[in-house]
Amino acid sequence: MALSRMDNLYRQVILDHSDNPHHHGELSDKTNDIELKNPTCGDVLKLDLKVEDGKIEDAAFSGYGCTISQASASMMTDAVIGKTTEQAENMVQTFSSMIIGDDVDTDVLEDAATLEGVSKFPARIKCATLAWKALHKALNK
Amino acid sequence: MDNNDFPILHQKVNDEDLVYLDNAATTQKPKAVIEAMEKFYYEDNANVHRGVHTLAERSTEMFEAAREKIRAFINAKSSKEIIYTKGTTDSLNMIAQSYGENVHEGDEIVISILEHHSNLIPWQQLAIKKNAKLKYINLTDDGELDMKQAEELITDKTKIVSVAHVSNVLGVISPVKKLAELAHKHGAVMVVDGAQSTPHMPIDVQDLDCDFFAFSGHKMLAETGIGVLYGKEELLNEMTPVEYGGEMIEFVKKYETTWNELPWKFEAGTPNIAGAISLGYAIDYLNGVGMQKIADYEQQIVSYVLPKLLAIDDLEVYGPTDPKKHTAVISFNLKGLHPHDLATGLDMEGVAVRAGHHCAQPLMTYLGLSATARASFYFYNSLEDADKLVDAIIATKEFFKDGTI
Repeated sequence: MALSRMDNLYRQVILDHSDNPHHHGELSDKTNDIELKNPTCGDVLKLDLKVEDGKIEDAAFSGYGCTISQASASMMTDAVIGKTTEQAENMVQTFSSMIIGDDVDTDVLEDAATLEGVSKFPARIKCATLAWKALHKALNK
Repeated sequence: MDNNDFPILHQKVNDEDLVYLDNAATTQKPKAVIEAMEKFYYEDNANVHRGVHTLAERSTEMFEAAREKIRAFINAKSSKEIIYTKGTTDSLNMIAQSYGENVHEGDEIVISILEHHSNLIPWQQLAIKKNAKLKYINLTDDGELDMKQAEELITDKTKIVSVAHVSNVLGVISPVKKLAELAHKHGAVMVVDGAQSTPHMPIDVQDLDCDFFAFSGHKMLAETGIGVLYGKEELLNEMTPVEYGGEMIEFVKKYETTWNELPWKFEAGTPNIAGAISLGYAIDYLNGVGMQKIADYEQQIVSYVLPKLLAIDDLEVYGPTDPKKHTAVISFNLKGLHPHDLATGLDMEGVAVRAGHHCAQPLMTYLGLSATARASFYFYNSLEDADKLVDAIIATKEFFKDGTI
């Protein structure tokens, strides 16, 4: 049946991240933070970053959203902790390209690369990009 | 009922037969409307009320004939009371801007917590601008308007009461006739947002005795970008135009202008001619089916599907559980699953539903939700469509259960 197509969207690793999100919560020693809303669905994502000497030392997210947006935030925080802000910005670019179906090398994204299948579900692209947009905005705040 | 007149419904999406259950957002168009629009542009198109040539006369006649069809459809006294707008949102904004001039500091406006943003923000902003007070009628446990509270809220300070005839989220019908009585008792006017009722049931604005009534064409088989503002003639006569320009004038001098008569006073600029004519054809089609028959049939669908939905474990259904208090708009959530995930699952099964806050964020907050999935039926949907919705919800539930546990 056609529901089986969803396997490409909701891969096991994505469901795992959504069920048990990593770095969920808030940072008491944050240096940057942002709250982003997705006006079409009412989802809210709050992202805290601790940036020191141009490096993301820690990250945490909270809020409310769908499986894709929660998993994406979990995987994004996993991937960017320990990276320089420059590396993180490059990852934002890589993710943005991947999610619209461009052929890019996604190794740097770690688990977040498994969201590649979202490109086949145009209505859900915003869910996947919310966390990365938040990262970009928080870094430039 | 037959859906052979709706070609778009006969297709596959994601390898499954399309089941279109997003009719509260917009409806599909019958061949009769699509072909009439094609014919209009092939044979009759011209600007209205301007030219003396044959095509201009023809398009003007069609444009005004549609207005008369609309008048009859909602049983207005006069076609002067039928103003073409872009849609319900436009109509409600016009009332707030024009009639809103009668609201002054200390006055009160009463709406309900289940309003669509289009029947909320215009009043909220008017209240801010005029230093007036905006008051909300809350809901009973069953999701209906709390009429006891309404009786307390509507007082001699109230200038405007504005309520949705049918909620676009809960599907519940508001007792607008009763509210109009209350409003009039205190000297207030009654505004009805008819976007979700007009397509689905017989409407009689004289019987409701509302002062203003707004609805959209695209939710009742016509094109997008056309809607209607009904207003009582004596009120419209006293009101000033919201937009200035061509068509709405009687005479323009260098330093002053007199207005055209109703309804054209409120129709500045070249209107949505084809849209208005499409609404006329849509009304012809709906009358052919019969509005009471449509209401009865949709009631039959709700009575069939609501108990089935209520019986699904882990499915929360919002609004009245009594099908008789429900139109065919049903909001629900699968516990533990975001409605967007649910809606994607249903889409994979060919079932088109809406997911989100449905432009009713204060209602979502009031209900303690951030979003819901919503299925909304029309007369061209079948009981089989209802079964497919139920099956697809169960299949989606299983998918996420198997995937996560």
